[in-house]
Amino acid sequence: MDIWTLLTIFTLACFVGYFVVWGVTPALHSPLMSVSNAISGIVIVGALITAGISEMNTPKILGLIAVFLAAINIFGGFAVSHRMLLMFKKKKAEKK
Amino acid sequence: MSISYLSFSYLQASILLILSIRGLASPETARRGNILGIIGMALAILITLYSPLVSEYKWVLLMIVLGGIIGTISALKVKMTSLPQMIAAFNGLGGLSSVFIAAAEIISGAQTYLETSLGMLIGAVAFSGSLIAFAKLQGLMPAKAITFPGQQFLNLLLAIGVLASATLFILNGNPDIFYILAGLSIILGLLLVLPIGGADMPVVISILNAYSGWAAVGIGFALNNVLLIIIGSIVGASGAILSYIMVKAMNRSLKNVMLGGFGIAKNKTAQADKEEKVAHSGTPEDAAFIMENANKVIIVPGYGMAVAQAQHILKEMAVDLKEKYDVEVKFAIHPVAGRMPGHMNVLLAEANVPYDDVFEMDDINREFATADVAYVIGANDVTNPQAKTNPDSPIYGMPILEVEKAKTVFFVKRSLATGYSGVDNPLFYAPNTVMLYGDAKKVTEEIVRSLEKN
Repeated sequence: MDIWTLLTIFTLACFVGYFVVWGVTPALHSPLMSVSNAISGIVIVGALITAGISEMNTPKILGLIAVFLAAINIFGGFAVSHRMLLMFKKKKAEKK
Repeated sequence: MSISYLSFSYLQASILLILSIRGLASPETARRGNILGIIGMALAILITLYSPLVSEYKWVLLMIVLGGIIGTISALKVKMTSLPQMIAAFNGLGGLSSVFIAAAEIISGAQTYLETSLGMLIGAVAFSGSLIAFAKLQGLMPAKAITFPGQQFLNLLLAIGVLASATLFILNGNPDIFYILAGLSIILGLLLVLPIGGADMPVVISILNAYSGWAAVGIGFALNNVLLIIIGSIVGASGAILSYIMVKAMNRSLKNVMLGGFGIAKNKTAQADKEEKVAHSGTPEDAAFIMENANKVIIVPGYGMAVAQAQHILKEMAVDLKEKYDVEVKFAIHPVAGRMPGHMNVLLAEANVPYDDVFEMDDINREFATADVAYVIGANDVTNPQAKTNPDSPIYGMPILEVEKAKTVFFVKRSLATGYSGVDNPLFYAPNTVMLYGDAKKVTEEIVRSLEKN
């Protein structure tokens, strides 16, 4: 893909991010951080491509470490978010 | 990326991940959003594994499983009070992941020097910065701003070094310079966060959050991967907006926070005429008596509540007041209360305080005038009227919760010590203020005991 296509996608994605994030209620700013933290683990896709080569060499090892780190980030981030959001949910049920 | 099913799945994953943020618009949709996010992420990982881009599975899957187990266990085990440092830690790992990908790309001979070094640089700063943030929040090192002479000069020098080596690397692609760049970036991240402390932590965490997103964008450009670019931008935007909100709620500039501004302004204005003033103190029993006869009580929690773990007993107090004495109880939250954005909301949610009773600053500020009692627990700077009245004060212009307008203000505090900003709070000496000295949790427990006695 040529650089201008990528830059177009990048710019438009920034706008989407801008509007979606401003729509988040301030009460959920902590979960916002942990959800966005979890999805920043999307670099795992890059890590998988790097680590996915069949021969075992230095880039592959570095890639595997990257997969490992990103996996911690993803699983941990979503699990923490889930725990936090569960608390926001539970309370509502109790209210009535 | 000629395979169309891959592009199509990445598009679907992008939409799902964007919806996971969108879900946070309200507490009702937030959990569904999180699940959509998990599905989106799983789709992205599975389709990448399935595609010809990945041809070896044993090691790759092992790493995913290992990382997944470690991440899940630590996320489930962490106490809710340790959330800020947990998020900082995960953030740092994401940044470090980008560094390793970038290094692997360079070693295997990629020509995308600019994109790769940008991804690496930002990821490295996110990693080492998060490391310091984690250490500070976890109490492994002093939480306050650490400054030393020539610090800003050193940072400037480092920043120039980073820029220079990045430029050099982009021009000639020598891997050795790449390693120097990596080292310098890591040191820069450490030094950038070192002078920032305490109450500025929400800003730092948000910025580091943004960095891990921008790092993903850099890697996305390097690998020609649309999914990384899209999601990285969303995360970057999220972190940037959060830092903007935090900085604005303190009426400071980003530069001011990054340079550790409060420490410098501190000695000029504080403690000018402290001796003449006398603060009234009261007992929890008095406080209980006044609150049970009130019509409306507004509770203002701050970091002190988090430290003392007082949110559960605070909720009991609110329930007692509401149910036994028919008092209207509301919670007022300042945007920068605590150590991460929305920190107080999470703690109150943990204690099962209904979120309909919890209000943001702008929504509740005018209500203090009609409140009989403002119960300030572990907050200080965010209530300091000097922010409105004293142009010389370092916190001048910061929007505050106007607790001074309530008929009676109770301050639960260990001592008359100043808050993080080092600014004396004239509210302590106001005629309608009663200080309740002691641990936030113990004091509130005693109030609850008195409330339940009769």
